[in-house]
Amino acid sequence: MSRLGRTRQARTAEAVARVLTGTVALSVVAVALFIFVYIVYNGIGALDWTFISEVPRDRGREGGILPVIVGTLYVTLTTAALTLPIGVLAGVYLAEYAPRNFTTRAIRLAITNMAGVPSIVYGLFGLAAFVLLAGFGRSIIAAALTLTCMTLPVVITATEEALRQIPQDLRQASLALGATRLRTIYKVVLPAAAPGIITGSILGLARAAGETAPILFTGAVFQMRRLPDGLSSQFMSLPYHIYAQVTSVPGWNRTLVWGTAFVLVAGVSIVSVIAAWWRSVQRRKVKW
Amino acid sequence: MTTPSTPSSGRRLGRTTTRRAAEAVVRAIIYLCGWMAIIILGAIAVFLMWNSLRAVQEAGLVTMLTGTAWYPTSSPGKFGMLPLILGSLFVTGVALAVCVPVGVAAAVFISEFSGRLVKEVMKSIIEFMAAVPSVVYGLIGVAVLIPFVRQFFGLDTGMTALTGGIVLGIMSIPTVISISEDALHAVPAELRQGSAALGNTRWQTTFKVTIPAASSGIFAAVMLGLGRAIGETMAVLMLTGNAAVMPTSIFESVRTMTGTIAAEMGEVVQGGLHYSVLFAVGLVLFTITFAINLAADLVLERQRKRWRR
Repeated sequence: MSRLGRTRQARTAEAVARVLTGTVALSVVAVALFIFVYIVYNGIGALDWTFISEVPRDRGREGGILPVIVGTLYVTLTTAALTLPIGVLAGVYLAEYAPRNFTTRAIRLAITNMAGVPSIVYGLFGLAAFVLLAGFGRSIIAAALTLTCMTLPVVITATEEALRQIPQDLRQASLALGATRLRTIYKVVLPAAAPGIITGSILGLARAAGETAPILFTGAVFQMRRLPDGLSSQFMSLPYHIYAQVTSVPGWNRTLVWGTAFVLVAGVSIVSVIAAWWRSVQRRKVKW
Repeated sequence: MTTPSTPSSGRRLGRTTTRRAAEAVVRAIIYLCGWMAIIILGAIAVFLMWNSLRAVQEAGLVTMLTGTAWYPTSSPGKFGMLPLILGSLFVTGVALAVCVPVGVAAAVFISEFSGRLVKEVMKSIIEFMAAVPSVVYGLIGVAVLIPFVRQFFGLDTGMTALTGGIVLGIMSIPTVISISEDALHAVPAELRQGSAALGNTRWQTTFKVTIPAASSGIFAAVMLGLGRAIGETMAVLMLTGNAAVMPTSIFESVRTMTGTIAAEMGEVVQGGLHYSVLFAVGLVLFTITFAINLAADLVLERQRKRWRR
């Protein structure tokens, strides 16, 4: 009898736990869904040809966001050009060369810690190192270098993980054919790992495109009459445009600001989804 | 008499030498890039310390850390960071109260009680939440939460530590869920099976075996969520009202360390005392997050070793 009672109690606890954790998980889904629907609902009305083809007028209360989109693309692509080579080589070092010792452990620790450094601290570092000391001034290159420091841990980790999934047989076969270690990495291992590396990097870069704090003091401006014309030019940026409107433009145009947010979120999500989808397709193609 | 093979072997030798030289150069570059993380992290620390030197000399480290008045533009400026540190703590406390219970419970559901389809769907949703830029979270907070907090609690302003903390908590949920879920997932199946074989229900197993076994990983998840919340800038800047006074409750406007740097750095004289003090704030922030991340990393490493066997 008492055993039966305990079982019933346990069953009740089981049901309660399932319902409770399930409700919490469902509420997370609800919040995410709300965020998604709210951005789309408020932002989609702004989208038309004028919005993406004209420059902002009246401090952003009228007109479009062309230079804002171009500036974001410019900085993000520059960041990609800087981050990819360094990050991939660092990942190669960790996966193929690094000995199992204290130094390697320290490098790994540095990478996880870099990922945890607040974005505003990267902004301070960028201001002191790239804007002032290196003399780049507030510019696309200074902002891109700052974002590079922030994105590197993502690219390094993605590369190392992708490389570790390549079976050892492939390397040994290449070495047995007389290829050097470096040639093996360059001709065999890296191409095989490319989908994982590229997808991971794109996810990191998409996140960099949405960052505001690192570019606050390193080159982003609110008002620009023309498109950026070089790496030393200042630039407008989608996240900074949203922030500046909301905090310093009295009577900011709701439709246009939400439109800007929509363009930012849609851009970041679409690129991320395509990258993730492409990786899964590539993975299915190759079976080790 | 020359052997016909000499020229060709000579050429081969030459090619090998240049190739060797090239390989050495490339290997050197690879090693340099491998070390880049340490170089950058070290450079960040050095630049922060170097630029806050003037603040430490003129305003004094202890005076800054214990001062309760932040009037950087008065003359002479007062640079007490305590209101900012407390502001960050208030906001972060609220954020933790939101993201820890929600994140851990959701992780338990995903890992222990849900099928593969639900798992996949939840993962994509969490990825979406993590991908939304912080400034957009701030914008949603401005549009939805600020008016709600003001009306619901009958306050003069909706820009409070509570408002910023709730949004920050929501932003940290993906971090807490994914790392807790990893920790639960890493618990060996034999432990669960052993518990089930003793007649425990799924929940008893989860509560008495799986969660204790994964506790250090869950702790690390909480730490990393905490690190994210303390370091977040844009959402708090837009939501907390930025009043740099000693906070007494979460229903007041507060100003965080991150928000202070972001709001004031644009208007200071480069190389001046105020400029230097803002770097000192950055250094405090860097030290705190560094300690948090280090602790989380050590805990995770220990757990990894424990299950390797």
